[in-house]
Formats: sequence, C-alpha cells, structure tokens
Amino acid sequence: MKKDLVIIGGGPAGLAAAVAAYDSGVRDILILERDTSLGGILQQCIHNGFGLHRFGEELTGPEYAARYAKQVQERGIESLCGTMVLSVSPDKTVTAMNKQMGIFTLEATAVILAMGCRERPRGALNIPGTRPAGIFTAGTAQRFVNMEGYLPGKEVVILGSGDIGLIMARRMTLEGAKVKAVCELMPYSGGLNRNIVQCLQDFDIPLHLSTTVSRIHGKERVTGVSIAGVDERLQVIPETETYIPCDTLLLSCGLLPENELTKSAGIPLDGITGGATVNQNRETALEGVFACGNVLHVHDLVDFVSEEAVLAGNAAAAYIQGNAPAKDASLTVKAAGKVRYTVPQRIDSASQEVALFFRVGSVADNAVLTVKCGEKVLLTKKKRRMTPGEMESVRLSAKLLAEAEGELTVSVD
Amino acid sequence: MKTTELTCIVCPMGCTLTVTQDEEGKILSVTGNTCPRGAVYGENELLHPVRTLTTTVRTVSGKLLPVKTDKPIPKEHLFDAMEQVNRLAAPDTAKIGDVLLADLFGANLVATADLC
Amino acid sequence: MKPTVAVIGGGVVGSLIARELTKYCLNVVLIEAREDIATGATGANSAIVHGGFDPVPGTLKAKLNVKGAAMMPSLAEDLGVSYKNNGSLVLAFSEKEMEHVRKLYARGMENGVPGLSVLNAEELQALEPNISKEAVGALLCSSAGIVCPYSLAVAAAGNAVDNGAELLLASPVTAIQKQGEKFILTCGEHTVEADYVLNCAGIRSDEVARLVGDDSFSIKPRAGEYLLLDKSEGETVSHTIFQTPNEMGKGILVTPTVHGNLLVGPTALNIEDKADTSTTREGLAFVRSTAMRSVPNLNFRAVITSFTGVRSVPNEEDFIIRFSEKDAKFLHVAGIESPGLSSAPAIAPFAVQLLAEAGLPLEKNEAFDGKRKSYHWFSSLSMEEKNAVIRENPAFGRVVCRCETVTEGEIVDAIHRAPKATTLDGLKHRLRSGMGRCQGGFCTPLLVEILARELGISPMEVQKSTLGSNLLIEKTKEVAE
Repeated sequence: MKKDLVIIGGGPAGLAAAVAAYDSGVRDILILERDTSLGGILQQCIHNGFGLHRFGEELTGPEYAARYAKQVQERGIESLCGTMVLSVSPDKTVTAMNKQMGIFTLEATAVILAMGCRERPRGALNIPGTRPAGIFTAGTAQRFVNMEGYLPGKEVVILGSGDIGLIMARRMTLEGAKVKAVCELMPYSGGLNRNIVQCLQDFDIPLHLSTTVSRIHGKERVTGVSIAGVDERLQVIPETETYIPCDTLLLSCGLLPENELTKSAGIPLDGITGGATVNQNRETALEGVFACGNVLHVHDLVDFVSEEAVLAGNAAAAYIQGNAPAKDASLTVKAAGKVRYTVPQRIDSASQEVALFFRVGSVADNAVLTVKCGEKVLLTKKKRRMTPGEMESVRLSAKLLAEAEGELTVSVD
Repeated sequence: MKTTELTCIVCPMGCTLTVTQDEEGKILSVTGNTCPRGAVYGENELLHPVRTLTTTVRTVSGKLLPVKTDKPIPKEHLFDAMEQVNRLAAPDTAKIGDVLLADLFGANLVATADLC
Repeated sequence: MKPTVAVIGGGVVGSLIARELTKYCLNVVLIEAREDIATGATGANSAIVHGGFDPVPGTLKAKLNVKGAAMMPSLAEDLGVSYKNNGSLVLAFSEKEMEHVRKLYARGMENGVPGLSVLNAEELQALEPNISKEAVGALLCSSAGIVCPYSLAVAAAGNAVDNGAELLLASPVTAIQKQGEKFILTCGEHTVEADYVLNCAGIRSDEVARLVGDDSFSIKPRAGEYLLLDKSEGETVSHTIFQTPNEMGKGILVTPTVHGNLLVGPTALNIEDKADTSTTREGLAFVRSTAMRSVPNLNFRAVITSFTGVRSVPNEEDFIIRFSEKDAKFLHVAGIESPGLSSAPAIAPFAVQLLAEAGLPLEKNEAFDGKRKSYHWFSSLSMEEKNAVIRENPAFGRVVCRCETVTEGEIVDAIHRAPKATTLDGLKHRLRSGMGRCQGGFCTPLLVEILARELGISPMEVQKSTLGSNLLIEKTKEVAE
C-alpha cells in the first residue's frame, strides 16, 4: 500500500502534525498508534496545566488530547489504533502489525516520527538492594491509578523530582496513600515550582535535595528504602544513610526519547537529546523523514510539542507536494557554555526566521545568551533565570541568518 | 504578628516570599518578590488559597472517568471534595464537560473525557 | 505397577533429570518449592556453556562438563531453547598469566575439550578488536557457547510434563519418612509416595539431605552480582571473555547473551543468607571496574538491570552425585556449582544410570517425544505464516511488550502451557516481556490485565514472583457497585 504521509504515533505530536499536513493540502495521511485510542500519554495525565499557550486556557491531559483528536476526526484523517510499527526502512517503507490486518507494509512518500519517550528504568539508575514488587516508574503508577483504578502502594517514597513524580505524589495522596519523601539527586528540582508547591508543599511532603535512594529492602514486596545524601560527584555519602519504611518506590528520573525505529531506518541521533538530528523544519538526515515532539527532544510543555509538530507537518506537506524550500544554507548549530543542546542542530534554509530551542545543564542566574558565528556576535539576550527543567528558545531572523555561515554557537554564561 | 514563607509560582524565578500578617490575619506586607505579581500571589495564597481538583470517578458499570472541578476550590476542602467524589457513580454515557456533581465547594465537577 | 521417582528441585538439573526419567516407563514427580521453575541459581547465572578446560582431570566436573557441553546444542534445539556456539577466551595480562593459560590448554587437552588453541596478542586483537590492548594472549575455546538457562529448565520441565511427569509447584519438601520400601514426602499441600528420590534442591540440598538424617555435606551460598546491558551493546564482544581465574572464581566475565544483550559479572562473595539476592554498591562497582580490565570501552550507561545469583558451594571439591549413606535409593545430585549448567545435560543420563544400577527398572517409554515448541515460535515465522496465525487468532497481532516485541498471543500461550506462567517474572523468563530497555514500564499494566483475565483472578492477586509480591494494593473508590 502506498501513502503520501505516514505518521508514527497518535499522541499530541502525531495528531498536531497530521492536522497541519492536512491543512497544508495533503489528504492521503495515515496515523499509526499502538494504544487502543488516540491521545498518547496525555490520556493518563488527568491533571491540569496543559494548553495555556496553545488554547489560552488550562486543560487537563485528556481534554487537550480530545481537542486534537476532534480536529483529526473533523478532517477525516485516517488512523489505525492498536497498531505497532515494527520497522522503518531507509526507503521509507513502514512495516506495522495489528489484530485486524496482521503484518502489513506501507510505502510512504514522507514519514513523521512521533513516538514520544519512555521513562528511565531502575536498572539504569543502579540502585543496589533487592528486587521486590513495588518498584514502579511514576508513569506506570500513573496508568494504574488514573486508567485502571488501582493503587500500587500505600506508603510511598519517590526518587526524582521530575514533574511526573511530583504529580504522582499529589495523586496518590489524594487517593489515600502516604507519600513519605521525594528525593532528588541534584541540588535543585527538575520539576516546575508550581508542582513543588501544589503537589508537595500543599500536602507537607518533604523534598530532599542532593539525596538518593541508596538501597532497596524487602524480599517479596518493598519493605523500605535507605536514602542518603550525595557529594558533589553525586556519590552516596554512606554515613548519611537513613531508613524509611515504605511499600512502594516510584522512579521519576528522566525521560528518554524512544528512537528504536529511527535507528532501524539508519537515521543519525544526537548524543545529548537522544533524538534525531534535524534541520529547522524537523527533517532528519534522511530526506522526507521528519521528527517532532518528545521523540526528538524531551519537552517541558505539551504546547511546545504541538508547535513543533506543526513545523514538521507543514514541512512534510511541502516535501510531498514538491515545493520544499530550497536548501540554500548550510549552518550547523553548536551548544556551548551552559547550553546542553539545541534543536534544530542544523539550518539549511535561510529564507525564514528560525526558532532555536535549547536547555541549560544547570541553573543560570542573570543568564546571558549569546549566538555567535565564528567570533562575530549575532545576538545577545538576557534572562534573570534559566533552569534545566525548562525549555528555552531564541529566534533568529532571516536577515541574521543570511549573514551567517558555517557554524553558529549558542551559549549561556 | 505572624510571618509565613512561600515559594512564588507565578514564573520560573521561584522567589521566596515572606508574608507578614497581624493577629486578625490581615496582610501587613509581602517581601522577597521581584515583581508586583508576586505580591498579589503571596496575598491570595495566604488569605484564600484555591486549587483545581483533578481526579477520577467510577461509573455505574465500574469504569474509570477522569474529572476536574470547573474552577478552583478552597485548598482546605480538597480531601472533603475527594470523599464526595469517591462516593459518586457517574453515568456510563458521560461526555467531556458533563456536570457530574453540582456545587462541590463552589465548583462543578465535570468529566474531562468521553467514555466510549 | 510403575515405580515412582520423585525429583526434588526444579532447577536446570532437576528439570533435565525429570525429563530424562520420562524416557522410561516410570511415574515421575518433579517437586519445586517455589511458584515457578528455575527461580534459584538456574535463574541467575552467567548463562555460559563452558568448554571444560577448567575442571581437574578425572573429576565428575571434568567428565560431565565436556560431555554436557557437547550435548547442549542438540538438546537446546529439541527443547526450542536459544543456544549459540560463540566460543570463549581466557585473557592473560602478563607472562605469568600466559603460563596459566598454557596450563589450562594442557588441562583442556587432557579433559578432551575440542577446539582449544593459544592465541598471541595479535591474533587476539584480530578476533576481538574491543579487547584491552594490555592483553598479551589468550586461550581460545571455540567449542564453548551461551544458552538461556531458565528457558532450558522451563522447557525441560515442560517437556517432562508433556511426557507424563507430574509437576508440583509451590511445594517445599518439609519431611521425608520411610514406610517399608517407600519414601513419603510431605511437600506443601501434597504428600508424595516414591520408590526413589533425587535430591536436586540446589542451595537447599544439604537441608533436604538432613530430612533423611544425612549430614554428609553442606552447602554455602556465594553471591555473584551481575550487570545486564542493552542490546545496543550486545556486539561489543562476540566471544565470552574470561579473565585468568583465581581462588575465588573465574574472575569478571564479559559475554554476549543469546538474546543479544551484554552480560558482565559476577562477583564472588560468601554470604550467610541463602535467599539473599540483593545487589550492593561495592559489588556493582567492582564488576564495573574489573570488567573494564578486559574491555576498556564498556558502556555502562547502557545498563538496563543488575541482579545477584546465589551459587551453591559445597564443602567438597567435586559435584556430589552419590547415594545417601542413609538410604540406597536416595540419590544426591548436589553442589552443582560452575560448570553446573554446562554439565546438566550430561548429569541427567548419568544420574538415571546410577538409579538403574541401584535397581530401578528402565523400560523404554515408546511414546516419549523429546521435542518441544519454542516460546518464540511465532517470532521465527515468515511474514506470511505470521499473518496466517493472526487471521486464526488475532491476539498474535497485538504487541504487548514493545521493547522485545511480545504479542498477546504468545503471552496467553505461555500462561496455559506447562509449566504455566502465573506471575510477571514467569512471563518474563519465558518470553522476555518486560526484560527490554524500558524494563516493563509500558507493558506491566497490560501484563497484569492479561494474567488476571487468563487466570481468572483479580488484578490485585497478580504477583511479581512469589506469594506476597503483589503489584497492586487496593482498588480506588470502591463505591459504585
């Protein structure tokens, strides 16, 4: 079967990309979603705080997802749920499987990768101790509580102060669990202030910074964890170890873009973001294959996922219609100073303004952002504070891009 | 006189606010903020803190439906509200925006997803 | 009436012996203390089929290892278990260690190990470019291999059941009496009457021996900690890489697994508690630093899990395969430490032969079928064949574990095929569901739902492993009934 556009993933990125591509004139679109309904991870994010940028109001995850699902439906865009993509080949052949059709292949003119991300599991954290039941990633617990209606534990310690962990602290507390502590390895929280206040402080849940879980106890089910302070090298300080009895350990220690399919297509990845390297239109190194949302880099707000998906959807449409912008530039973008990475990593068309997204690796107060080309400073911008938890951006005008060549360096000091 | 320390959540700065009240609870001063919005936040947060409650209800047939209060409710009533929500049996035909419970501490409890 | 043989212990040794016994007209009962097969040392070891150059010539270890390693490929094939003949290397980092390598070579030749040769540094680098440049040479054993040990045990126990054996799970043997010529075994809710008993109880085999008043040996636990790396690292080395052994074991090894991961370990620490499978900060740090002597560029950021296996270390040098001095029909198959897995295929017929010598009549079971369908039969089909299966049973079209591509059809199959998978770990060991890079983050809720549905239990009764390892504590807002 041939398709103009195959979109892998029916979460916020995939849905917004589909709508954008349709509105740019593409009609032969197919969204492939592995879950039983569209909406992706938003379906289990029943808390509010989504959509302020996009819709000017505060929505819950399911409400935000429903708005996009409705737009997809209204346009009559085709989607297949319960469908797992098994591989993407360099010639853009997508192989997928579901119950109704078995294994089938699609020859796509363009592909948008929108598979999202997964949570960092315990193994990657190297926590010593036993391996009992009662250790969950925050997202798994979220699914059990919000979608299945089960409480995975009554006395909880959370490792990692990412937003999902904070949200789950409140959620489990409201459902009758006791959250005894949230431990954060770093000296600052990875979550939003708002969540620290409304998910922890509101319920008197202590947040221990520069602290980790140093050992897991319990044979069948978790019976407790040891927590300990860490030094500047993030190594456990044994004499600070204390024991907290609990039946559950939730892990909220970061998200990893899910790029197994990207790799199967031979598309190069950025070692820092874990996503593909892309140009300003979110086109990967493989022509006609685009990526957007958390599969490309982990976003702080879903609103920005949708925004990025529009770029990818429009660009895929232009590619399909044969009017992709001329590749009249060849700029690479390099992160420096406190900037960990940038998206896009390269700019190959200078005809339009480009927004560069980035994150800092540590808190920067009175931050000065500089964009340089060689020794020439193109732009500086000041901000009172930048934190690793928030995605930052800077806009480069077409005029400014026209002046640049070779390598752009983005730094924060 | 009573002073309370708060983290401002208006922007990512996360200023530490110190709010001073007299014996009757009247706000005397807010310090530590770096913008006027912080002062307003500090005052509201101490005098009448409110929160939007998001949770789930069971339907008559036992399914799970996500819900929210359509406006924030007083923070001190979050658990009382949960108690009422937990006793509710929503219709299995609920659609996004349907009011499932009226006047829950001044707000309506509404469905945030369609049951299909 | 057919004589009854009771096999205590559902590890790889007990399971293979039970299967071996079903080749004859016997009543075979396989008794396992835990809820599943292969939960002890079989479930957590290096998964290596050693060539057999290490054991002292003339010992049971030497004899059974060489024989077992030769039997492994066809046995694995029959049972539908993954095996790969990847070969092994023992690295030497000094001239003194080279001497030891040459000694191992000579010993291997004496033991009759095929495929041995001594490599110099250049030959070694050509074979394994990621090996440390400090290595001055190595012993190559091209007959060594890797296997999936718990699949082997599960498939052996399953095949035994297919051929008429009875399997009792969650049935710890707590008493053994003698009534006339019969043994009466009390195991959990069951009482088993047997003419012959095999003690394959692994780490607990000394305790089982004491149930018949035999304290001729003891077993001490020795912990080995491992790190398992993502499949992205599986091709770092192609051979199993050993270091020159010392008195505490074979050093830290680096090996690919049959599933394409990279396994690094184990430590060797004598511990007190036989059930202590916890990992330690120090142990894991030791594994990392020592392994990097062999392969300096190991990528430990790709670790997906760590675990500890507990070895059964006897107070004797060799395997303890002999009749109890207290009873001539009670056979110990104990102290099966390394190279136990490699020897297991040969231990089974050896033990059965000993029973025959002790009077057990071995009449051939003409109906015996030693072949068993792999748990991964679906994934090995062609696309057309898969689609035919999905048309017949759409559950094979639904991927549940995305990291390892395990379908609902395979999960339901594993839940209902003997020995039945009744827990998350049971599924994991059979199908690798939840064993991939996300470690069950996405599929756990789905697996719980399928287990509950197929076993007819509440999701709250679903266990991770043994009884008490429930995943869910309570149902929220139980008011709408």
